[in-house]
Amino acid sequence: MSRAVRFAPLVLLLMVVGALIWRLATPPDTTVHSKLEGKPIPVFMLDAALPTKPTLSSSDLATGKPRLVNIFASWCIPCIGEVKVLQQLQRAGVAIDGIAIRDRPDDIAAFLARNGDPYERIGSDPRSQVQIAFGSSGVPESFIVDGRGIVRYQHIGPIEQSDMPMIMSRLEQAK
Amino acid sequence: MRLIAVFLALFALQPALADSRLPPAYWSNRQLPDSKQEAKAQALMAELRCLVCQGQSIADSDAELAGDMRDLVRRRIAAGEQPAAIRAWLVQRYGTWISYKPTTEPAAWPLWLAPLVLLVLGAWIVRRRIKLKARD
Repeated sequence: MSRAVRFAPLVLLLMVVGALIWRLATPPDTTVHSKLEGKPIPVFMLDAALPTKPTLSSSDLATGKPRLVNIFASWCIPCIGEVKVLQQLQRAGVAIDGIAIRDRPDDIAAFLARNGDPYERIGSDPRSQVQIAFGSSGVPESFIVDGRGIVRYQHIGPIEQSDMPMIMSRLEQAK
Repeated sequence: MRLIAVFLALFALQPALADSRLPPAYWSNRQLPDSKQEAKAQALMAELRCLVCQGQSIADSDAELAGDMRDLVRRRIAAGEQPAAIRAWLVQRYGTWISYKPTTEPAAWPLWLAPLVLLVLGAWIVRRRIKLKARD
């Protein structure tokens, strides 16, 4: 057997070990991005999450102006901090609608009373069906929908203070 | 030491806090009355990936979103939709990532070709061995 062939298993082993170390050192991105970016929003109709606020349907989103659809829940801890940023966006003139995932009217009302209410409309999605239709995989997530009802951007995780300029410029682009 | 214990306790609390207060969706942990439809649903659910516990199928996962996806699958199958159509609907939203069934896309060609390549390689090695033996 030639020398090259004799060392082949060792070389193979080193390659495998090297690949494992590389993957451990730089873990892959595990966030799942929606494939709906650039595509029309799904057709949906939700029940009102609160008796005092209009509900959200897909027809409310293609209004000629870009809107921010925020997928949230009263039981979602990062959503508490995000609401403050959403209120700042609202004050800056951004139209924000909410989809409450697996939630109850009392809990949503208490959540909004405690943390603030940036939403024009809120739909209730008790079985996560609209969330799945959007290709979203958790709370909080936000979608920028342009005036023609096309999804222009998906934001995974809470919108932080530092994300505000980016969100504003994406909304501007969606005009 | 006590501080560490408190932190560990808080850490253990996380999963409980990350769940909603609603009970599981109706069809998430309930079999369809029609056994043929249930079999179809089971086969599909075993091949759909959970978005939360990535690496588990939605049939195996206890995550709430997996429960809601099982509910979605069972409702659609009960309404007469074909499993392939439901899978395609989900792939449109989450990409081929969501399905455990290997695709025929170019990215998966090495996967399909690997057995053939290995078989040819094995045959070649065996043939060489036989030839070497015959020469002895």
